Amino acid sequence: MPASAEDASTNGSKNGKTAGARDDMPLVHAVNVMKSFHENQVLKGIDLDVHKGQVVCLLGPSGSGKTTFLRCINQLETIDGGRIWVDGDLMGYEDRDGTLYRLKSKVIAAQRREIGMVFQRFNLFPHKTTLENIMEAPIQVKGEKKEQARERAMTLLERVGLADKPAAYPSQLSGGQQQRVAIARALAMQPKLMLFDEPTSALDPELVGEVLAVMRELANDGTTMIVVTHEMSFAREVADHVVFMDGGVVVEQGDPKSVINNPQHARTKSFLSRMQAEPQAVEHVPASLEDAIIAVEIPRPGGELSIPVEHPPEEDE
Amino acid sequence: MTTSTDAERPGLIEARPVRHPWRWVAVAAIAVIIAMMINSFVTNARWDFGFAAQIMIQQPVIDGLIRGTILGTVGAMLLGVSLGIVIAIMRLSDNPVLHGVASVYTWFFRAIPRYVLLVVIGSGIGFLYNTLDVGVPFGQQIASLFGLSSHLTFGVIPVNAYTGTIVGGILGLGLSEAAYMAEIARAGILSVDKGQSEAAQALGMPEGKSMLRIILPQAMRVIVPPTGNETIAMVKDTSLLIAIPVIAELNYQTGAIANRVFRIMGGLVASTVWYLLVCSVLMVGQFYLERHFGRGFGQKKPKNKRFARGAGMGGA
Repeated sequence: MPASAEDASTNGSKNGKTAGARDDMPLVHAVNVMKSFHENQVLKGIDLDVHKGQVVCLLGPSGSGKTTFLRCINQLETIDGGRIWVDGDLMGYEDRDGTLYRLKSKVIAAQRREIGMVFQRFNLFPHKTTLENIMEAPIQVKGEKKEQARERAMTLLERVGLADKPAAYPSQLSGGQQQRVAIARALAMQPKLMLFDEPTSALDPELVGEVLAVMRELANDGTTMIVVTHEMSFAREVADHVVFMDGGVVVEQGDPKSVINNPQHARTKSFLSRMQAEPQAVEHVPASLEDAIIAVEIPRPGGELSIPVEHPPEEDE
Repeated sequence: MTTSTDAERPGLIEARPVRHPWRWVAVAAIAVIIAMMINSFVTNARWDFGFAAQIMIQQPVIDGLIRGTILGTVGAMLLGVSLGIVIAIMRLSDNPVLHGVASVYTWFFRAIPRYVLLVVIGSGIGFLYNTLDVGVPFGQQIASLFGLSSHLTFGVIPVNAYTGTIVGGILGLGLSEAAYMAEIARAGILSVDKGQSEAAQALGMPEGKSMLRIILPQAMRVIVPPTGNETIAMVKDTSLLIAIPVIAELNYQTGAIANRVFRIMGGLVASTVWYLLVCSVLMVGQFYLERHFGRGFGQKKPKNKRFARGAGMGGA
């Protein structure tokens, strides 16, 4: 019975008697994922594989289901059909001889520990300082020692360029700084996978660069990332794989250069041409955080504020 | 960028303020009324302030204040707040049974006057149930039906020993308070952005921990001010403890002394002043509580100071 039915892309959840974990399975293995809100079917059978160390960008117009799909991966939404495996674990259910049993919320919480998430609106804990925000989950969820958690929190703050702000409350930080703290908070749990839900959409344009720079550095360190974004520069320069979604299905996917520069599908073409018509916050993703912050803080005399980072041409892996 | 050298460009503003003649009229009217009140306090000897001051420091009054009014308030509020938060969480639960029980609880205890509730607890419960047997429901009937020697009872609580005391009073006031606190806590929990619980979930935090460490501390910001109100109301409602009857309570004790010597006003003034003092202390406490739970929200101190100074310069 446990045949390799993963390829089946026909609708209908009955055929989902797939096998459990396999050694050669990608880090994220999503098959025929479906999700409806009331009558409105938002995801109509999404298939996606993300391998370890890969950076995958989900692109598409708003309402295409990309954020919903991201939220399904760490079970902030429960899916109606299909299966999602992360590192070999079936998310949310236990498969005993083809019968699915819903997992207890404690087990689901344990599954989420392996997945970091960064939200559009940061969602930092406003009653806790920067350092406390980062230390909270390692201490409360993993049971780490306070000193150990503090030490790693400081290292992470340094990594996101905020080593001088451990005692600041989120309300005292700019949006870009808050989002960098949020990234550090997610990293503190040492997740296998990082999910980014439009991490720069709520930011003023001049703050986008510093967040993208941190994300680029994460990508360079080999972090596995799934990023929902409208920043085409990030998709073009940092992603290994881009997925274009529209109307709850994957329309087109593949290598960033071929999808973005040479889209095959009409819907991809019209979306990309609309994106190119809009002014983008950053032309290029800053190579490093220092570049991004310096570019913002010292406006060039006589010139308008921009984020002019000399960037090596594509193919820098 | 001073503009004083440039005659063409308008400089600093030195405008005449708006005049408020009616404010002065109001001040005058209030001053007259206050003068009349002071006049009556001073000239009307029936206020009996000297005797009131004496009553205030009598040992039975102090005892009543501490063991009745203050202990009653603290106990009833502890019970009310903790039970209220539990009921609020039940009310927000997906479980229809928990939700229903919480709704019925709130409906029932909000509908009963506290005075009536205290009489029921003080006199009624003890009459209905001399002892409270904890065991299997209908255990005695089942036992006799099957001829068992056991009555399926595990423990016995002597109800009468408690219902007529401050314990019964705290229970009554606390149960009633919980119904109001549940609504306040529910509003507080709902005021916290949904993204907060999602962030906690995404970090792998179990629901209970997320509620205790993330949601409730932020909800407290909304919960504390009305809870301060409730606490102050509770101080005054401890005067209802006489319905239990508990006589070790401020208002009863001041009245008892005053009545004995037929100088009633003295007793009323004494209890009024004590209530004023206790509530004033509570308001100071509320200020610090609000500041504690407000941390991280809103004002950044240095920026505020700068604004304040700037405004002061312009205004003066």
